[in-house]
Formats: sequence, structure tokens, C-alpha cells
Amino acid sequence: MTAQELIQIEILCSNYDLEISFVRDLQVIGLIEIHQLEETEFMHVERLSEFEKMIRLHRELNVNPEGIDVIFNLLNKVQNLENDLNSAKNRLRLYENEDL
Amino acid sequence: MDFIDYYKTLGVEKKATTDVIKKAYRKLARKYHPDLNPNDKESERKFKEINEAHEVLSHPENRKKYDEYGKDWKHADEFTKQRQQQSQGRTQSQSQGGQSYSESDFSDFFESMFGGAGGRRSSGSVQYKGQDFNAELHLKLKDVYESQKQVLTVNGGNIRLTIPAGVQDGQVIKIPGKGGKGMNGGPNGDLFIRFAVENNTLFQREGDNLYRNIDLDVYTAILGGYITTDTFDGKVKLKIAAGTDNGAKVKLKGKGFPVYKKDGQFGDLILTLQLQTPKNLTEEEKNLFEQLKKIQKS
Repeated sequence: MTAQELIQIEILCSNYDLEISFVRDLQVIGLIEIHQLEETEFMHVERLSEFEKMIRLHRELNVNPEGIDVIFNLLNKVQNLENDLNSAKNRLRLYENEDL
Repeated sequence: MDFIDYYKTLGVEKKATTDVIKKAYRKLARKYHPDLNPNDKESERKFKEINEAHEVLSHPENRKKYDEYGKDWKHADEFTKQRQQQSQGRTQSQSQGGQSYSESDFSDFFESMFGGAGGRRSSGSVQYKGQDFNAELHLKLKDVYESQKQVLTVNGGNIRLTIPAGVQDGQVIKIPGKGGKGMNGGPNGDLFIRFAVENNTLFQREGDNLYRNIDLDVYTAILGGYITTDTFDGKVKLKIAAGTDNGAKVKLKGKGFPVYKKDGQFGDLILTLQLQTPKNLTEEEKNLFEQLKKIQKS
């Protein structure tokens, strides 16, 4: 893991105008992973998009970290169901074509 | 350009207090927020509508102007001129987390009443990443058998995209920096493209493997021989062993689908042989089958 792949938590809090306690709460719940290098804490940049989604849900919809966790789990479930549905539709199409 | 009844959009009365408006907005936002309804264009449209209504009705100054000019919205041009003559001091609204809204996110009606988005937004030093965009690309299964280049138009900009062979149905790829523009020098959002791969072939795809049922005449099944069958990239001659059962499977290694981002690697093609019982026999054929039956019994 190189330094370019990580972003300092302190910079994140300053840029997004966040309380560090919010970041800590997300970490405790397991929604984000914080890496410690020497004395400084970092987050992986690839997780930034997800992190911003958490900020939006918190700020725009007043959802607390526990609520965000529930939403993420449900959205994952929906995504998996959509994938299963697409796959089932494709299989069904195969049999429909055979009947023709 | 039509008049938009913002009170109706939020489902509140014209006399509604700021608290009632806020409550109604939050309730609708929880229902239609784009993060809770990914790839749902109808929800996205609704969210923009309620956002616009809230933008106007939650600020006393904007609400007053809307109530005053809303019913005479056709005179909006005069109002705009008047507004431009006023000082730079404009209302500021709350910042919107990591999401930026471009002027096009607001209706023409809104623009005529309140001007561009830049006039309403806080211009603080906080940087925000631009909004992530989601797009869906519909392809046929044959299209993703080989890598191909496509030019996509997303939000008025062209993006050259190489679609690697073997992309899966429902797979999402991220193109960094091709989403909405960042605010206050923040980075651009990302573009997420979801591939919807339609299978209109007789092959069934599971992962990198392909499956297909093929017919086999009873004579070849009993005596053995060769048949020619289609694979995804052409025909192959297949040796059938004597005494082949109905439902027997034949695996053609490397004749399946290309493995995503692994050049030269392919899955397998699994063929299921389905015996076809002869029908509409001629008298001669029937006699021959009768003879076979007798031989079998003796």
C-alpha cells in the first residue's frame, strides 16, 4: 500500500467539514476502515465514494451511523437480488427460444 | 415552460409553516434520495423536484418572491432584470454534502424566477467531490464476445471506452473523474457504467462457461459417428461414441466465453445431447424396427 492510495483522516474531516466523532462512529460499526501509519490515520481512497455516500445520507436525511449500516446492507441485498433476477431472466430466455 | 406549484410538490398547504415544509421535504427526500434509489431515473427526477421546491419554500425571502411572482410567473423576465440590478448579496443555502447540483438540475421555471444555481449556493472554501454519475449500457451477448471500443455520450461529453471481452451482465465499471464537476476546486465525481448484457442466443452463459442443448438422432446415438454443431465462434465436428445416452454431456474445453481481462483464456462449452425419437416412420422403417425388436427379444 503506497501513500498515494491513502488519504489522511484529518484532511478528510477538514475538507468535508466533519466531526471526527462521526468518522469514529462509522469505524466502530465497521462501515469504514482506518489505517494507522506511524502516528497518522488514513483511509483508502478507493473507499472515498462510499464514504461520501455515508456523509450524504447523514447530512441530507439525518441518518445516524447505525441507520447507514442498515441502508448499506439493504442496498447490497437489492443489488444481489437484481443480479439474480437478470441471471434468471437470461436463463428463462434460453428456454423460451428453444420452444420457438 | 410551465408554472410549478412547489406547495403541491411537497404536499403542503400554502399556509404551511417552515417546520411543516421541512418535515414534508425530509419525508419525501428519505423516499426519493438518489443514494437510496440507485439507477432509478423516476426517483432522481422526483428528488430534483422536491429539492427545488424546498430550495424556494424553506427560505423566507425566496418563498415571499415565489408567492408574490409565482402566480404571475410569465413576468419572470422583468423580475430577473430587477434582480440583476440588485446587489450581489443573495441568499445562501445549506451545502449539500458531497453532491453538487448543476443549473440543469433546476427547472426553467426556477431559473427564470431565481437565476442560476451559482447565485444560490454557498461559495465557502469547503471542497466537495462532484456527483457520481450512473449510466447503463445495453449490449448483446455477441457484442461482448470480443473487446470493442465505443464512444459514449454522458452529460454532453464524449467518453471513449474499451469494453473488454467477457464482461458480465450487471457488471459495473468505474471511470474515475468522469462524473459531475467538483465544487470549489474539489475533484470530479466518477462515472459508473453498468452493463446490461442481453442473451438472445441459444447458448446459456454461466460465468465463463457456455451451455447448450443439441439434438442427436437415434441412429448416431446407437451406432456412433460424427455430427457438426455450432459453437459461439463457428462450427465444430463432434465425435459421438456408440451407445450414447440421452442427456449425455460433452465438454469442449476452451470453446466457452472469454475470461474477463485475461487475454486468450476461455471458459468451456458444455453440450447436452438430446436424443430425437424418429417420428412419421415409413412402412419399410417400421418393418425394420419390428425386425430389430424380434432380434432383441430372441
